[in-house]
Amino acid sequence: MLVVLTAVAAWPLLRTIYFGFTDASLADIGSARWVGFGNYYSVVMLPSGASFQDGLLVDPGWWQAVWNTVRFTVISVSLETVLGMIVALVLNAEFRGRGLVRAAVLVPWAIPTIVSAKMWAWMLNDQFGILNDILLSLGLISEKIAWTASPDTAMIAVIIVDVWKSTPFMALLILAGLQMIPGDLYEAAQIDDVPPWKVFWKVTLPLVQPALMVAIIFRGLDSLRVFDLIYVLTPNNQQTRSMSVYAREYLFDFDRFGYGSAASTLVFLTIAILTVAYVTAGRVSISGAQR
Amino acid sequence: MIAGLIKRAAFYTLVGVIVVAAVFPFYYAILTSLKSGTALFDVGYWPTSVSLVNYVTVLSTGTFLRNIGNSLLIALAVVILSLLLGVTAAYALSRVNFRGRSLLLLTILSVSMFPQIAVLAGLFELIRALGVYNTPFALIFAYMIFTLPFTVWVLTAFMRDLPVEIEEAAIIDGATPWIIVSKVFVPLMWPAMVTTGLLAFIAAWNEFLFALTFTASSSQRTVPVAIALLGGAGQFEIPWGNIMAASVIVTVPLLVLVLVFQRKIVAGLTLGGVKG
Repeated sequence: MLVVLTAVAAWPLLRTIYFGFTDASLADIGSARWVGFGNYYSVVMLPSGASFQDGLLVDPGWWQAVWNTVRFTVISVSLETVLGMIVALVLNAEFRGRGLVRAAVLVPWAIPTIVSAKMWAWMLNDQFGILNDILLSLGLISEKIAWTASPDTAMIAVIIVDVWKSTPFMALLILAGLQMIPGDLYEAAQIDDVPPWKVFWKVTLPLVQPALMVAIIFRGLDSLRVFDLIYVLTPNNQQTRSMSVYAREYLFDFDRFGYGSAASTLVFLTIAILTVAYVTAGRVSISGAQR
Repeated sequence: MIAGLIKRAAFYTLVGVIVVAAVFPFYYAILTSLKSGTALFDVGYWPTSVSLVNYVTVLSTGTFLRNIGNSLLIALAVVILSLLLGVTAAYALSRVNFRGRSLLLLTILSVSMFPQIAVLAGLFELIRALGVYNTPFALIFAYMIFTLPFTVWVLTAFMRDLPVEIEEAAIIDGATPWIIVSKVFVPLMWPAMVTTGLLAFIAAWNEFLFALTFTASSSQRTVPVAIALLGGAGQFEIPWGNIMAASVIVTVPLLVLVLVFQRKIVAGLTLGGVKG
């Protein structure tokens, strides 16, 4: 098991980091030359005496990708948390047909990402899409919107699809946390005549917080490495290109294997740093709440 | 009384909105897949006529049947391999005491949360060096990176809850570690193995980045890649009907699987989450 994991994870990771310091190309990976930090940052001198900066750290395209990824992650995970909480609270209540509702909620989770991207691409189609049709007939928009193509709405489209697809996962994890809250706490609150919203803030939320934090970190890490949804729903779009899409473009489409590897390494570093920061901040806030 | 009625109505409206939002997109995909010709471009909410022409086209032209076969083969191989490795590893991690065990477990878990792009370049080199590029073996091998950590994690958590007395009895009767795993643990762990196996199957069936990168010819593709790259007759024409038909074909078995094993899957997901 450890041998397999080393072969499939540790070794490739080290090779990727190594390639990041070389000028490897796709056709002939073996003959890569060491270029130090050249892929990250270098100053190129032209024969005329002028010079310019080169490398990932001064590439506006890279920073756009970082910004896209962070924006995507923060917005969609926040929305998924709020909606997931609502769905979990509904599923936690006793009512007839709960089993059916739970089954329905599982549907988006079960659908492959590529399929949901294609399904939504069709629903969001500018000419024949049903979403434009609904919004038009409700009078919410005055003309049809090219959701996935227009730079202003492409990110909104991506977020809509991600929220639709991932809220069930969030809801299920929160629901598991809700079900561990002992029922007598609610009975006590009922006897004391505490208003429902206060019960939510003072009883439910603090007790479900550990499960919530875990759910958020799972979804956050998943969003930070997003690739397939964006690649299929909004191909070749500057406004939605994520870090992973950027790195893969350089690796395989632009034939700059070394540069793409450097970008991959940065993705890994960024996510590692954000994870450590989140876990540290999470610990602090949890211990702060206990005091 | 009236306030209670309004409350109930509001609650059921909320339930209704949730159900419609969750199910409608897939319903609409089925609806679209049953339309033919220009009917495709009339927006409608109810089925008017049923035509299977899109399904026939998808299954009879191109390599889609072959792609389904690839996906099935790869996903099954991934499940069997990761369960085999997972059970033996979980046994070691939950029963054999050694230093740094919890650190090792944490490292294993963090691997499954890895950005896959970080290993893409290295894996690509490795797969070409092994000579398995553009074969199912490449993907079976690559998918271990996310199925194995998860399998090990859940199975270890499950195995820890099993009483040690059972295996002590087996040891007294002279059973070897392999006998203990295969004759004692596997029957007891059947439920956990079904859960993790299903989740591994779904993950392998849905994966896109590796499948896109490590295959070159259309006959070697898995279904997600095939659907993503499904083109039309003309350069600018997107065959929405065919895409929706293909989507429905690959999703329905998965949906049936998920709904049949609903409880097991939810239990597996939350075990991975809550104990993580």
